[in-house]
Amino acid sequence: MNSLWPELERLLGRVQKPARYIGCEDGVIVPEHAPHKVAWLLAYPDTYEIGLPNQGLQILYEILNERDDAVAERTYAPWTDLEAILRTERIPLFSVDTHRAAADFDVLAVNLSAELVYTNVLNMIDLAGVAIRADERGDADLLVAAGGHCTYNPEPLADFIDFFVIGDGEEVVSEITEVIRDWKTSGRTPGSRRHVLRELAKVPGVYVPSMYEVTYDGPALVATTPRYPDVPEQVEKRTVADLAEWPYPKNQLVPLTEVVHDRLNVEVFRGCTRGCRFCQAGMITRPVRERPADQVRTMVQDGLRRTGYDEVALTSLSTADFSGIEKVVADTVNDPANSGQVSISLPSLRVDAFTVGVAAQLQKARRTGLTFAPEAGTWRMRQIINKLITEEDLYSAVDSAYSQGWRRMKLYFLTGLPSETDEDTLGIAELATNCVEIGKRYNKSASVTVSVGGFVPKPFTPFQWFGQNTVDELSRKVFLLRDEVKRNRGVQMKWHDPKATLVEGIASRGDRRIGRVIEDVWRNGGTFQEWSEHFAYELWTDAMERAGLSIDWYVYRHRTEDEVLPWDHISAGLHKDFLWQDWRDALAEVGLEDCRWTPCYDCGACTGYGIEHIVASATAPAGGSQGTNQDHSHGGAVPVSILPRATVGAASR
Amino acid sequence: MKIRLVYSKLGKVRFTSHRDMARVWERCLRKADIAMAYSEGFSPRPKLSFGLALPTGGESLAEYLDITLAHEWEPSDISELPRRLTASMPTGIDVLEAVALPLGVDSLQQAVTSCTWTIEMVGTTIERRSAQIAAVLDAPTLRVTRERKGKPVEDDLRPLILVLDPTEMPDGALGVLAELGTKPRAVRPSELLTALDPSLPTGRIRRLNQWITVDGARREPLAVGAAVDERTEVGAR
Repeated sequence: MNSLWPELERLLGRVQKPARYIGCEDGVIVPEHAPHKVAWLLAYPDTYEIGLPNQGLQILYEILNERDDAVAERTYAPWTDLEAILRTERIPLFSVDTHRAAADFDVLAVNLSAELVYTNVLNMIDLAGVAIRADERGDADLLVAAGGHCTYNPEPLADFIDFFVIGDGEEVVSEITEVIRDWKTSGRTPGSRRHVLRELAKVPGVYVPSMYEVTYDGPALVATTPRYPDVPEQVEKRTVADLAEWPYPKNQLVPLTEVVHDRLNVEVFRGCTRGCRFCQAGMITRPVRERPADQVRTMVQDGLRRTGYDEVALTSLSTADFSGIEKVVADTVNDPANSGQVSISLPSLRVDAFTVGVAAQLQKARRTGLTFAPEAGTWRMRQIINKLITEEDLYSAVDSAYSQGWRRMKLYFLTGLPSETDEDTLGIAELATNCVEIGKRYNKSASVTVSVGGFVPKPFTPFQWFGQNTVDELSRKVFLLRDEVKRNRGVQMKWHDPKATLVEGIASRGDRRIGRVIEDVWRNGGTFQEWSEHFAYELWTDAMERAGLSIDWYVYRHRTEDEVLPWDHISAGLHKDFLWQDWRDALAEVGLEDCRWTPCYDCGACTGYGIEHIVASATAPAGGSQGTNQDHSHGGAVPVSILPRATVGAASR
Repeated sequence: MKIRLVYSKLGKVRFTSHRDMARVWERCLRKADIAMAYSEGFSPRPKLSFGLALPTGGESLAEYLDITLAHEWEPSDISELPRRLTASMPTGIDVLEAVALPLGVDSLQQAVTSCTWTIEMVGTTIERRSAQIAAVLDAPTLRVTRERKGKPVEDDLRPLILVLDPTEMPDGALGVLAELGTKPRAVRPSELLTALDPSLPTGRIRRLNQWITVDGARREPLAVGAAVDERTEVGAR
């Protein structure tokens, strides 16, 4: 049909990793385009290797293709070598499924999961062959949509995106399809683009930035107000009430070339109420909605059989909190159908629920990497960020892991947190050193990799009012820590570039005026900014200066309680006064318990939408000091039963 | 027990790399429920042994794979294998045949001595091609330098160019048919193309055969198993 493949085939011999562009995944759906069907081009604004595993995109891909009135294909950011060829040869952005030109689609829907990809979004819109600014696009042009966690502050991209989707996409994607279908079948008459956008603005969870007026007073934002009476003053996020109704992806795509997270992924719950104050994901995805354990088991077993993967990840924001996690893990590892060859990884593992029991099960097949995230180096700091795990919690988890044969592990930390002192920063080195000491009891070559990220305050968190640390301050802390860590050979340290942290900060809490900066950086060639070899700090600082915008104002400044925030017209269900109180509690070093197992403190996420937590277990998981009514000052003893260690290689024949 | 199979790789899937294919095979064998033998150690891997790497982007009618199975298989099950595996492999990969390998057969990497290729010469003319083929065949040596472990290493390709003839690609484009040796190292089709005409861009290449030459007799890798079988049977009588 309208495939660009014959042209692309000649060119792919000239680029790195051409398998990125061929599609052909196991699980791919052959789309049947038709005049009455809305054609979605689902885009991930980074390379195929990063984007293919994205579960959100795959879920929407299946839901849309199951509909009679929609088709969906996928596209990823072409690497710089192919982009140069596409521009020279005048070939537009194409889908990897059937290699159709972007212009053959009605919607280009972009996943936004990180700020540093924003310039890639502009680049992909441009490669799609339409104007990058939404107000310059016409009735014949595709609609540009965006979803994902970053849309909770949509303003920096407001000039370029026709409509944003806030929250879970499973249900709203169908409602949007119906609006666009009606537009398409009515023939997209002249001037009707404006009309379809107005209709979309009425769909709950959809934000159409061109329907809102923004007013400023000097550098300060005064208000973001709807231009029309039928456009909502505040756009509420969408939440699917019950994950059991959405067992997606049913046919996870298995790529032919290597990608990140190259394994079966099964989402075990969505939402998190641990209440870590730095964590935007935990705040905006509430309440907790567990998938029934039986459904998890079915999705794991069917998925392994269908894909041929020998690794499955049980994903969520804190998988050890899943009710009955030990049983699901044990059932999978011990299922005879898996012949002892399937390994399980539990990303986002809280140390206070990592027991010898879990450790022993995990290492029965291949041992996967182990990462813990204490996030801060001292108990004081962990109270401030409300990550209430004690040193004892960490040490017993680490002991469990080393005793079960792990020799190295990764520890994640943040630096630049509110009221952080050098003592807190250096506490990271102390924790790491003590972990290595524990490891040496079991293995002489035990080591720990410390990974340090600069903290970026995010919208809809209690830290949204906090002034981010400067580049100089973050660099000073990183080097202070590096020098301390150097004294212990068992500890390696990696860190995130403080300059990249600054740029994330510009976009994280920026307003609509930051759009000019993003466009400027893109026009000057600043794509793939999350790739260190392409990151161009000066492009950003120069662009801020050219736009007459102050980094100090946008990034480093503490906000006051009465300040109008750029995302005030978006709602994640959280009451602003709850967040403010939590911010005050943080500064007073007061922790907050997990509401899953304790009374509600009315953050707004459940009550506002008339939904509830769905948690199978009425009690908190074994171990853990948070939400379990244990004494916070001492932490909980982790109840363990030492299991006999499986003989290495026993599974092989 | 070990089995050896031959498969073709055509179409879009040709842009996957040798490493990609190794992963695809592992998954597809598990999907098809073929019980493989695993290595020992901290991270056990299935025992699969691939032949000489096909350049990324190259097509092939003759790719080989040796699989060590966890159990003994009946000959009838082995003959069923190509159908089962083709169904679980991506579009473009067709498993053509499978045979049981007797014990002690050399690995593909060790045993294969040459490969036959068709190599496209994009935009050339019949006259230029004839002259360039003649020049390569007449050259006493064809020295190329490549870097290995940071040091320049010089090889002579000429003794490894066993056959070099004009041919046409399936769509009629001009190309050459070449049999290239693999010992002491495999000549890459791109190296031959550069020797013929360094100004040409990379076009299509397709591997037609892999050969095992023993005592002057050239056999295909699947036939090696059969030949050894015959000898053992004769010896047993």
